[in-house]
Amino acid sequence: MNESPGSIRDYIRPKKLQPTVFWRIAEDIPRPLNTALVITSIGAPLLLWWLVTTFGNIDPKFLPSPAKVMEAFGRLWSTRELLKDTVASLWRVGVGFILAAAFSIPIGVLMGSFASIRALLEPLFGLMRYMPAPAFIPLLILYLGIGEEPKITLIFIGVFFFNSLMVMDTVKFVSKDLIEATYILGGDRKQALLQVIFPHVLPGIIDACRINLAAAWQLVIVSELIAATEGLGRRISVAGRFLRTDEIFVGLIVIGVIGLSFDLFFQYLLRVSCKWTTQKR
Amino acid sequence: MYLQITNLNKDFQTKNGTLVVLKDINMTIKEGEFICAVGASGSGKSTLLRQIAGLDKPTSGELRIDGELITGPGPDRGMVFQHYTLYPWMNVQENTEFGLKLQGVPKKVRREQASYYLSVVGLANFAKSLPKELSGGMKQRAAIARALASEPKVLLMDEPFGALDIHTKESMHEFMLDLWKRTKITIFMITHDVEEAVFLSNRIYALGARPGTVRKEITIKLPDRTHSVKRHSIFHDYRDELMELLRKHGQEAVAVAA
Repeated sequence: MNESPGSIRDYIRPKKLQPTVFWRIAEDIPRPLNTALVITSIGAPLLLWWLVTTFGNIDPKFLPSPAKVMEAFGRLWSTRELLKDTVASLWRVGVGFILAAAFSIPIGVLMGSFASIRALLEPLFGLMRYMPAPAFIPLLILYLGIGEEPKITLIFIGVFFFNSLMVMDTVKFVSKDLIEATYILGGDRKQALLQVIFPHVLPGIIDACRINLAAAWQLVIVSELIAATEGLGRRISVAGRFLRTDEIFVGLIVIGVIGLSFDLFFQYLLRVSCKWTTQKR
Repeated sequence: MYLQITNLNKDFQTKNGTLVVLKDINMTIKEGEFICAVGASGSGKSTLLRQIAGLDKPTSGELRIDGELITGPGPDRGMVFQHYTLYPWMNVQENTEFGLKLQGVPKKVRREQASYYLSVVGLANFAKSLPKELSGGMKQRAAIARALASEPKVLLMDEPFGALDIHTKESMHEFMLDLWKRTKITIFMITHDVEEAVFLSNRIYALGARPGTVRKEITIKLPDRTHSVKRHSIFHDYRDELMELLRKHGQEAVAVAA
């Protein structure tokens, strides 16, 4: 115990940080490389799909070629069925999501700001969040029939609880100093809530909505699988019944592109409305 | 204007029992004074400032401003925090106006008032900048302009220059002395920096630690207030006396802890 240890340097294995471009952590990569990788990300799977369906001996009922899917897209577009389906799905998502956001944003801000409201609502919301919204479908059909109401309600349930809790969490990032500074400057609680907390969490709210809109978009497809006369989910389920695989692909791609557009729109909204916040991406 | 603190005590309940943070604090701050409360960490100086600001209530004793009991925060006491608490989504002008806006001052009046105080702190050219575009010293000057815009009776400062580098700190010291001379505002500042306190204030309360008590009240009389005074023997005497006071308390605290 008392013997003096050998130099610690004897135990240290020399190591060097190798120079790299691809494997840089928390650093940007050169723009051309970035562009190339982004193109590869979409292009490679497309190319693979084309190669497999062109040169592989695959039943088009199992995996249609890109050309056949384009053809199906053209067919569904020209009969205006695709447009009708898309509008129906967008309308359901729009109404359900806007209703859920209109209630969950104020409630989330209140939960984040007041420990009392949080104690009152968080246990219930935390529980509801773990009940998968699609599991409510039988109840919704029982209560609301098979029209638009159960579909919109399903989206509302699926978004409302998550969004409330996520908005609540963003309020935690408002520093206490900022709120105290507001009181010292002569503000009351209402002013602190509306003029300090709300603008401060607005970027967080937009981000929470962006994430939950993706959930809403999934739920509308699920709701249409059950009972609907039109909609993108309905389109896929009907196409499945008649083994029109190409139409399933059209439905999936349209759903994906619309979802991505929503996401990009919210990212744009965040950049434009909240220039003061330093975005990480 | 005067600020009167009488027999102030503040305890906190912790899981290890009652922690006495402030004990028998008595202070009087008169109009136009620049007062520093100097203490090491654990002297309860931030807690003291929070009582004056009205963010916290004393366990016993009272605080009065112009004879009126302090019961909560209000714009008659401006405050500058160590961590610049500017609103990040507002530009400097909007930040400076914000207190007046909260108090219902019409737009035109508050705009003029804010512009005036921005020019006082030398930030007129940065009115449209966002806080994240400013340096630490500039942020703190913006925070001072915001506090002054409501024309408070007293400006409270919570280690305002603690996060600044030494050069910025020195220029902020000059700035504060100049501001104090021009606006005749009453300032109560807490700091752990003894030299800063001696250089800036005309009276110092030296706070002992655990519990925080007023160890000594020292009136500072310096031949002048330029940086060269820091080489003067009078400055050194004040500094050494205060260092000794704070050191003694640090050792007592260690002995108690051991």
